[in-house]
Amino acid sequence: MKWIERQRNFIDFTLSSLSRRKGKNATLVLVYTLLVFIISSVIFFTQAIRREAEALLQNAPDMVLQRMVAGRHDLIPLSYGEKIKTIRGVTSVQGRLWGYYYHPSAHSNYTVMAAEPFASGDGAAEVGSGVPKTWQTAADNLLYMKAADGTVLGLRMVKVFSEASDLIAADLIVVSRATFKKLFGIADGQATDLAVEIGNQKEAATIALKMVQLYPDTRPILRDEIKRTYAAIFDWRSGYIIVLLSGSVLAFIIFAWDKATGLSAEEKIEIGILKALGWETSDVLLMKFWEGTVISLTSFLLGVIAGYSHVFFASAPLFAHALKGWSVLYPAFKLTPAVNAYQIAILFFFTVVPYAIITIIPAWRMSVTEPDAVMRQI
Amino acid sequence: MITLANISKTFNAGKQNEFTAVKDITLSIAMNTITVLKGPSGSGKTTLLSIIGCMARPSAGRITVQGREISSLPERFLTEIRRNMFGFIFQNFNLIKGVTVLENVMFPAFPVGIGHAELQEHAMRLLEKLKIAPKARQNVESLSGGEQQRTAIARALINKPAVIIADEPTAHLDTELSREFLNVMIGLHEEGKTILIASHDPLMAESENTHRVIEVRDGQITGEH
Repeated sequence: MKWIERQRNFIDFTLSSLSRRKGKNATLVLVYTLLVFIISSVIFFTQAIRREAEALLQNAPDMVLQRMVAGRHDLIPLSYGEKIKTIRGVTSVQGRLWGYYYHPSAHSNYTVMAAEPFASGDGAAEVGSGVPKTWQTAADNLLYMKAADGTVLGLRMVKVFSEASDLIAADLIVVSRATFKKLFGIADGQATDLAVEIGNQKEAATIALKMVQLYPDTRPILRDEIKRTYAAIFDWRSGYIIVLLSGSVLAFIIFAWDKATGLSAEEKIEIGILKALGWETSDVLLMKFWEGTVISLTSFLLGVIAGYSHVFFASAPLFAHALKGWSVLYPAFKLTPAVNAYQIAILFFFTVVPYAIITIIPAWRMSVTEPDAVMRQI
Repeated sequence: MITLANISKTFNAGKQNEFTAVKDITLSIAMNTITVLKGPSGSGKTTLLSIIGCMARPSAGRITVQGREISSLPERFLTEIRRNMFGFIFQNFNLIKGVTVLENVMFPAFPVGIGHAELQEHAMRLLEKLKIAPKARQNVESLSGGEQQRTAIARALINKPAVIIADEPTAHLDTELSREFLNVMIGLHEEGKTILIASHDPLMAESENTHRVIEVRDGQITGEH
């Protein structure tokens, strides 16, 4: 009980002491908050987008088989699929048709996919929300596209996907297989790649090996490999931002060090008075520790709340471009909140704890001297 | 009884600016008395008070307070004795600026761990006794010299000390306020407190209520009456 009352008294003194130096402390909290805000925004964004990508990949095929010609991805004959189906452990093989269409007037690349079955029929297209926004020449709900043989195809936009699917579908144009083949001049019996489903994930590597033995000109890509690639890309991008920010982090450390370690003449007098009045060195240090904790904890909480709001409520307008990727079509989407407690704990220990400790140093230097000596400097 | 045996205090020992403020002083101060240390500026009065009040350690000699030898105690114990045994009134009052009269009075008791409400009540009683309660919520900067002095006295009393130590308390006060201070000290003595004042103000030394006047000069006791 006595201990709690003591802490209460020291916190009381600390708050009163902080309010007496409003200017200095407000500046410190502002800069500190800004730093935590930026770092926590990067952490939140990267974490959420990784989670999002992982969730999307859950629906990806177990394995994708591509045909390679001279080290380049080429069309694959559907006949490959027939033999692959016979490999033990393979449950299904499906030829996929997809590619990219560059639209010169929008200076944009769009992802075109063939769906089967496609209810809207030939000559129709279902598109992501970014397509009508950027196509520019889209009129009368028609998308005019130049086919491989030079003719112009006018596709009716029959459906626009909801913005919730923008992360993957913003630039997507879905058409029937026949339309796709006509648009890109792909012969029957050909596919972009083969989506392979298997019964047991543990057998994935063995099945992949068998496929390569059967067709040495193919390259199997496992879902786990795609996941790893995505993770690496997002880690690299967030690392890139953190490196860019390292200058400001350093500037903050110098600023905080200067503010936290330098005691003003007024503060020195105060410590002297308190010691003379019967405060122990440990009491003064405890008071200074609370002071550092109040500043750093306040800034940490404000920064993390601001970072959370920035990423999950405002869709990270400050640096989403750098983190999402470089494209003409920036998908506008709301991220599902995903918070990694471990990363937040690391951020806490690298911001709150060091600051609370460095504020103690000057007070310790001051308070180990005899109160009489401190008083004489007045 | 507070006893000093062969006390010396040297500042900056071993350096070029070495200076001995107190030289081989032996002195006993009875409890429940008013004692005045009299002497010119720089005579060593303040240093002597600091040593008696456990604010500074002597370079040589021994101090005992009510039979307990304190000169060799670790800092922690010295602080505890300072807090419980002595109440200080400083030359410039040394009130903490920017906070209220009430808070200033409460600060010395913060490390004790008394409940906040109880502490506040006790502080208010002291302020009422010293007739400054109406100013309790005001910041100390707005107080007059006399009010600051009474706040400093209330602060010195908050931990219920047995000994009140005052260092040149009337240096910046006019005769009327000096007299008022002396009357408060007389009142505290009547309540059983020991009063130790360093002053070169004749009002303190010549008061009929002062039991003992010790003259200090050049760090040594040169006489007493």
